[in-house]
Amino acid sequence: MNCRQVVELMTDYLEGTLSEAERIRFEEHLAGCDGCREYLAQLRKTIELTGRSAAEPLPAALEQQLTDAFRDWKRDRRP
Amino acid sequence: MVRIASAYVRDREAADDIVQETWLTFLRNLDRFEGRSSIKTWLFGILINVARARRRRESKLIPFSIWFSDRDRGGPTVDQRRFDRSGTWREPPAPWSELPEARLASKETLGLIGAAIDALPPKLREVLVLRDVDGWSADEVCSLLAISPENQRVRLHRARAAVRSKLEGALE
Repeated sequence: MNCRQVVELMTDYLEGTLSEAERIRFEEHLAGCDGCREYLAQLRKTIELTGRSAAEPLPAALEQQLTDAFRDWKRDRRP
Repeated sequence: MVRIASAYVRDREAADDIVQETWLTFLRNLDRFEGRSSIKTWLFGILINVARARRRRESKLIPFSIWFSDRDRGGPTVDQRRFDRSGTWREPPAPWSELPEARLASKETLGLIGAAIDALPPKLREVLVLRDVDGWSADEVCSLLAISPENQRVRLHRARAAVRSKLEGALE
């Protein structure tokens, strides 16, 4: 496995979907390769930061629209 | 939901409309919900359908060239010039561990990540948002989007690589 191939297998590795043989070769490559180890670390960091980039609060206008819609729905359901 | 809706349409207002329409549809049909999927999957299923319908309507009005640029081109996720002929890194990527953690976790960096996600084509964006922002499992995402596990992984891989690349560019 060369670096060019290894970088394309990183998500499979993180998802645990590499075959046993592939996983072993992948990890052997990483053990001897600064570049790919760093790339994997960067991917992991990216994933972590992505998780933190979540939700902006709802803009007031949209929140108001949704609340109004829910109120109308509730009112119109009463027998 | 707004984040996912935004992947399909040009502006924030349209995305908000999609989210509102989704909730209305959800409420209208709630008493008919049969429980064959989780509520979450059903709700997001509505969202995706509403978003796609809106996008189809809008695409009739948008110049073809803009529409086309939303497509992911495929191919390797790392600039091939970074590897030599034997497929080895010419230079290892500059370590992020040498950057202060405060810089990586700064509001600016997170904003950048948000922008990078927003720049992704819809098919890549929805998988990334569901998996890495909202924490859905791979199975849940495959179920919602009706895609194979392999397709889901390919999209996730391409999305993550694109965001990493943008981040790398900004951190240099």
